[in-house]
Amino acid sequence: MSGSQGVPLLEVENLTTRYPVRRGLTDRVTRQPRGWVHAVDGVSFTLARGEMLALVGESGCGKTTTAQSILGMVAPVSGTVRLNGTDIAGLPERQMRPLRRQLQMIYQDPYESLDPRFRVETTVGEPLLVHGIGGSPAERRVLIVAALERAGLSPAEAFLARYPHELSGGQRQRVAIAASLVLGPDLLLADEPVSMLDVSVRAGVLTLLDRLRRDGRMGILMITHDLSTAAHFADRIAVMYLGRIVEHGPARQVVRQPQHPYTKALLSVVPARDPRVRSAPQLLTGETPNPVDVPTGCRFHPRCPVAVERCSAQDPALRVAAGSASASHEVACLLA
Amino acid sequence: MSLLEVSDLHVWFDLPQGQPVHAVQGVSFALDPGERFGLVGESGCGKTTTILAMMGLLPPNASVSGEVRVDGQDVLAGGEDSARGYRWTDIAMVFQGAMNALNPVKKVGWQIAEPMAFHGIAQGAAARRRAGELLEMVGIPAAGAERYPHEFSGGMRQRASIAMALACQPRILLADEPTTALDVMVQAQILDLLIRLSSELGLALVLVTHDLPVVAQTCGRAAVMYAGEIAECGPMETLFHQPRHPYTRLLFAATPDLYGAGEVVSIGGAPPRLDEPATGCPFRPRCDVVLDRCAEEHPALQLVGPGHEAACHHAERAGAS
Repeated sequence: MSGSQGVPLLEVENLTTRYPVRRGLTDRVTRQPRGWVHAVDGVSFTLARGEMLALVGESGCGKTTTAQSILGMVAPVSGTVRLNGTDIAGLPERQMRPLRRQLQMIYQDPYESLDPRFRVETTVGEPLLVHGIGGSPAERRVLIVAALERAGLSPAEAFLARYPHELSGGQRQRVAIAASLVLGPDLLLADEPVSMLDVSVRAGVLTLLDRLRRDGRMGILMITHDLSTAAHFADRIAVMYLGRIVEHGPARQVVRQPQHPYTKALLSVVPARDPRVRSAPQLLTGETPNPVDVPTGCRFHPRCPVAVERCSAQDPALRVAAGSASASHEVACLLA
Repeated sequence: MSLLEVSDLHVWFDLPQGQPVHAVQGVSFALDPGERFGLVGESGCGKTTTILAMMGLLPPNASVSGEVRVDGQDVLAGGEDSARGYRWTDIAMVFQGAMNALNPVKKVGWQIAEPMAFHGIAQGAAARRRAGELLEMVGIPAAGAERYPHEFSGGMRQRASIAMALACQPRILLADEPTTALDVMVQAQILDLLIRLSSELGLALVLVTHDLPVVAQTCGRAAVMYAGEIAECGPMETLFHQPRHPYTRLLFAATPDLYGAGEVVSIGGAPPRLDEPATGCPFRPRCDVVLDRCAEEHPALQLVGPGHEAACHHAERAGAS
């Protein structure tokens, strides 16, 4: 496929997406200005082939909207999304459709994402029909079998005729992964790919994603709220808060030398497996504020344990973190 | 005598077709006041059925045997009549997804006061005052009693459902996946609250979850359940550092840890069906250290260390030597 040398697989620059707040009748009559949910506000990052980047953060931080903006499911207000060097942000559906082969999404819940009336072969083969690939049923079957094998469902022939209810949760998610692999995408967006699965099978699905990107043809953007998973499987972690990336760097650095007070607090509340390792949770009060009324200055300052006066006035930009050993470790904090 | 004693609890579900499902197969454990006990395992292992049986809240197609004793008195002996005497006033429960099950058209305070009136604990103004106190106890200003559930965030709704469970001053609280749908920061706040309540009120807490790290950081002891049985039970530290059942060891190995080195490995296969009588060890098809005996003989739960029990033929051998 495409992909000239030196051009990153995915380049997101200054991506901004907002949703209108639904207006009530009174607002409409009095012609009140609409409010906006600032879901994603100036997010930038790149992703190379063979790489896994984890977008982490709490609900409402904008991580899913970021993925939906990349996919073209919602139109960003501004910013660019370059896939193999081509800007795809806000492309009309007709132009977007052929490009969708290159980027595929894996959803959270394999109990809902698979059509219960479709056999595995139909589910995995449907993207081929939509995109008009693989002329004859026999040719399509070859592609379907290859995708199932790549997703770790082996021997694939044994799964072709099964229905979702005959599969375990882990197998269902593998079928969903096969359905996205069948088109040979360059980029996989995985939105909480294991959070609905049992603990005993999660590792298997994550290891599969890890192997898929390690063969170098594909990059994976994983959206997760689980920092332990991100720390284990991603190369880099970007921490989001209220529509912004507040910290971004190599996974190991972000976890071991967090620079942003939000990242520090978030890491401190992740429970450890070992009961002897008593974490010292740094509980933040309250919950993430409403993205309709974004605080002035640093968005985190009302909850920040170390905020000073200027934090409420000055909006910190993402820059290289002075306190980290890695030059590619960035943080958006006036005090870091 | 412990505050709570569950002994040899069995639950079968009758199905319209086929064999009954033996969902809980001889579960026993005991708890003292202020103790926090975890019930962990995969979906379908029987952990929720166990605590629903303790509440006497199983559907009509379930049959139960065994005993659930509070201060030595069997809660289930007289069926629904005796269970009603203990439910909410001695044993209370926070249901899975409770925060999404609050009545949307009633004020939060009313919902907390209602069970008090029903159980004759407090009426009218006294009940409303106590509802306010309960809200403060779970970290919500008393004025929150006058609000509706939709005005609360997810974390606040979960706090309110804990306050509801505590309305009739129970001594035992059963919490089913109380933090599963919550963000990590809110999860930490709720766990902190449960720890505080158990030590301040002397509440015995049974925490049901699939999340081992949550149990590791919250409970002193835990039981790992598999296919309706307790596979291993003991102090949390022992379970992590000296597990004697392969399932416990593999479950920890399948759980990613923030700073943990080493590979995260999934457990192959799936739990057995519970509507077919099984011979041998139920974990055998997924186990990595199977012996010949494991296919023929069902391993019984037995003492392998101080307060530490395991149902594994390996644990037996090591225990004997």
